[in-house]
Amino acid sequence: MDWRAVLLTLRLAAWTTAILAAIGLPAAYWLSSSRFRGKALFEALVALPLVLPPTVLGFYLLVATGPRSRIGGLFESWTGHRLAFSFAGILLASVLYNLPFTIRPFAAGFSSVDSRLLDASRTLGESRWMTFLRVTLPLGWAGVLTGIVLTFAHTVGEFGVVLMVGGSIPGVTRTLSVSIYDDIQALDYAAAGRSAFALVVFSFVVLAVTHALARRSAFRG
Amino acid sequence: MLLGGILGAALMTLFSVAPPPETTPAASRQVRVAAAADLKFALDEMTAKFRAVRPDIEVAVTYGSSGNFYSQLSNRAPYDLFLSADAEYPRKLIEAGLAVRGSDFLYARGRIALWVRKDSTLDIEKRGLEALLDPSVRKIAIANPRHAPYGRAGEAAMKTSGIYDRCADRLVLGENIAQTAQFVESGAADAGLIALSLAVAPAMRDKGRFWTVPREAHPPVDQGGAILTWASDAAAAGAFKDFLTGEGGRAILDRYGFERPGR
Repeated sequence: MDWRAVLLTLRLAAWTTAILAAIGLPAAYWLSSSRFRGKALFEALVALPLVLPPTVLGFYLLVATGPRSRIGGLFESWTGHRLAFSFAGILLASVLYNLPFTIRPFAAGFSSVDSRLLDASRTLGESRWMTFLRVTLPLGWAGVLTGIVLTFAHTVGEFGVVLMVGGSIPGVTRTLSVSIYDDIQALDYAAAGRSAFALVVFSFVVLAVTHALARRSAFRG
Repeated sequence: MLLGGILGAALMTLFSVAPPPETTPAASRQVRVAAAADLKFALDEMTAKFRAVRPDIEVAVTYGSSGNFYSQLSNRAPYDLFLSADAEYPRKLIEAGLAVRGSDFLYARGRIALWVRKDSTLDIEKRGLEALLDPSVRKIAIANPRHAPYGRAGEAAMKTSGIYDRCADRLVLGENIAQTAQFVESGAADAGLIALSLAVAPAMRDKGRFWTVPREAHPPVDQGGAILTWASDAAAAGAFKDFLTGEGGRAILDRYGFERPGR
């Protein structure tokens, strides 16, 4: 069992989820509460990683994080480190790739909140911000929870993009799924099987707990 | 309504059975080849030449990592001929009764090259592998030595020149040799040890410079192949194998930096 890969994967998933939650909450609220021209275009943009093959996205990210691109060049001159083949590099890839898995469930959760309740809250003198905190978020939290769990689980199982931009460096970019792939390539099916089994058990537990939580919230109404 | 019409039409197209487009002359026989990624450019040329000699046989090549193909072939992947980047995988397939006994052959001995982009300032021509010690080299791409024959050769060459320990923490590992080439070609890595066959291919040659690693620096990368027991047309697969190892094929392999296999 490649424990370094396990720890790295959990670290990547935690960071990805935290960053996407911070970006996703305002973005999803904005998507669900406003009507504007070009909203469909924005939604399509967010959904794009669902359609783009990981290898395609990965290749462009590889070029973008290299020292010859503007992003990669700036990063390197600021930090003295290369963005490609670093933890920051796969984190960037992971955040972009998981955008739809966070924002779409968030937005669906917020949209499901009865707009009359929001109007009532505003009429009673609550600010938009307090209305969001005290009405939208508590009532739409099932969507938020789903988004967070999906993002975390999806990052744990992420493979193609990390393989494309990571370079399989132990402890830095060799995530669990890449480690399993390396094992299989090296014909070490037993090691691959152990890691895969751990991955399946972990994912199953996470998903089961989420569904249980979501159901409980549904009963409470 | 309009949207529905468009969608309907699109669905109709998806599910309707269109007649296959006519190809002339129609090849009646087919060879499905699973080939190591270092063969990419050489084999593209090979199949074009072969078509001129044998228009009745269509050769369809899939490129990938030899290890990956080995696992797929162990599960009876639908290929007729396997061209590995080493000699071990075909031998193992024969031992497992999956490839035809006696059908294994050596077709080339691979060389490796140190490759940098054109805009790199590294003097690889003069310094050779020592150039990797230059402080401007932050990332060095090699194929994963755990499963890629060219990765093992690259690692061995660095060890032979006594620079491995000073390079180890800057290595990035490609899944196969083609991805390794992509790592340097895209500029994400500063230098890479790739197959000479990729370095001399037009797609890479025009974008960078390379230095051929001396053959004594690493154990030989002997490349072999075998015909699978479930080959649908073993005679056609044999014909392509004969062309590959014959004089016509040899001339192409020479041009791509593949040496004659050792005995």
